[in-house]
Amino acid sequence: MNRPVKQEYNRPTHIKDFPVGPQFDAGHLADENAGWRTFKPVVDAEKCINCLICYLVCPDGTIIKGENHVSVAYDYCKGCGVCANECPKDAISMVKEER
Amino acid sequence: MNSPDTILAPKRITAKNMTEKEFFYGHKACAGCGGSVAVRLALKVTGERTLAAFPAGCMAAVGFIYPQMAFQNNAIITTFPGVASMASGISVGAKALGLKDYKTVAFAGDGGTADIGLQALSGMIDRGDDLMYICYDNEAYMNTGIQKSGLTPYGTQTTTTPAGKNLPGTKTHKKNLFEIIAAHDIAYAATASIGYPQDYINKVNKAKQIKGPSFIHVYASCPTGWGTPTNTTIEIAKEVVDTGLFFLAEYENGEFKLNKNPKEFKSIKNHLSKQGRFKHLTDNDYDIITKQRDMKWERMRKFWTLP
Ligand SMILES: Cc1ncc(C[n+]2csc(CCOP(=O)(O)OP(=O)(O)O)c2C)c(N)n1
Ligand code: SF4
Repeated sequence: MNRPVKQEYNRPTHIKDFPVGPQFDAGHLADENAGWRTFKPVVDAEKCINCLICYLVCPDGTIIKGENHVSVAYDYCKGCGVCANECPKDAISMVKEER
Repeated sequence: MNSPDTILAPKRITAKNMTEKEFFYGHKACAGCGGSVAVRLALKVTGERTLAAFPAGCMAAVGFIYPQMAFQNNAIITTFPGVASMASGISVGAKALGLKDYKTVAFAGDGGTADIGLQALSGMIDRGDDLMYICYDNEAYMNTGIQKSGLTPYGTQTTTTPAGKNLPGTKTHKKNLFEIIAAHDIAYAATASIGYPQDYINKVNKAKQIKGPSFIHVYASCPTGWGTPTNTTIEIAKEVVDTGLFFLAEYENGEFKLNKNPKEFKSIKNHLSKQGRFKHLTDNDYDIITKQRDMKWERMRKFWTLP
């Protein structure tokens, strides 16, 4: 798997439920970041030339490589807009989240 | 330690051929954080078997929020001044255990590197310990609320260097960190910017091949501390190189080499006035900044190898 996924977090009830060190194992995600977003990046598959500039510069690693165009891992995208700003083809637009 | 001329020229890394695995994922850095671009990209180059150490600072604070563990590789938080010494210990320990195919990398902010961690870093290079040290430079102590560091440039407004009638913000210029490191006669040192990610990842890849200490100083914007829109993180880090206020260079085989020598610099005023931390600058301040830049470039162009 290329990205860790969120796991159900159960509050430890016994000493044996705690990790040995001060942290859980590598890639233990108990929470998503999607709630931080006011705008979300939307990729126009027609315009995307798969140059992967957005993939390189995403601070959160939420751009997913694809056969012909990129897509977004929305669970962990914070909506910073770096991808849309750097895209040379204007293939990514920031769209207001409706919640 | 390798003699410098044995550094292999590794295959170029690109977005296409780099691993699709993410090793810094689900972290809680601010939206658009440049430091997290620097850490994420470096880990994608050094790979799964990276033993990473982070002193107190933003990347430690955002990566290890219990019970969330955003690193997919081995990673640890160190004392603020001690990342280089702890990473040295990790590197020596891994060797003693007979581990194979691993790389130890220390990541620290500008405060953790150029100020409080400088002594440990100097010792690490002096002993010839086998590890890479990456300083992500967001030009202030961000994690504690934007205090001036030795790498904060002239005119920057921070909470310890407020701008007003009597002060232009920060009164001092950036320390020459890259030259300080090179003065140790280290096998490989480089400067980079997340605004030139292709250049950056290939410098990390080069440093990865070194058996011994290597150092990369990477410019990494911070929208929260700089007062810039979150989507301009990369744009600003590119522009700073194009204005000549930061430079891309390498130190290898005892020689300084400029990687980029702009024929004409972009406008400093246009670049700085977009950032909240520089909003107050006067024409006199711009003159001081321009003079300092020109002096630095005159020296670099005279004594360093040009591209
Ligand atoms: C000995 C010590 N002094 C002070 C601190 C408080 N402290 C934690 S992080 C930090 C700022 C780190 O700044 P920098 O190294 O520039 O990294 P950034 O936060 O910008 O990523 C400070 C002062 C500490 N943890 N330990
Ligand atoms: S304060 Fe700056 S360096 Fe720290 S996490 Fe936020 S954007 Fe990144």
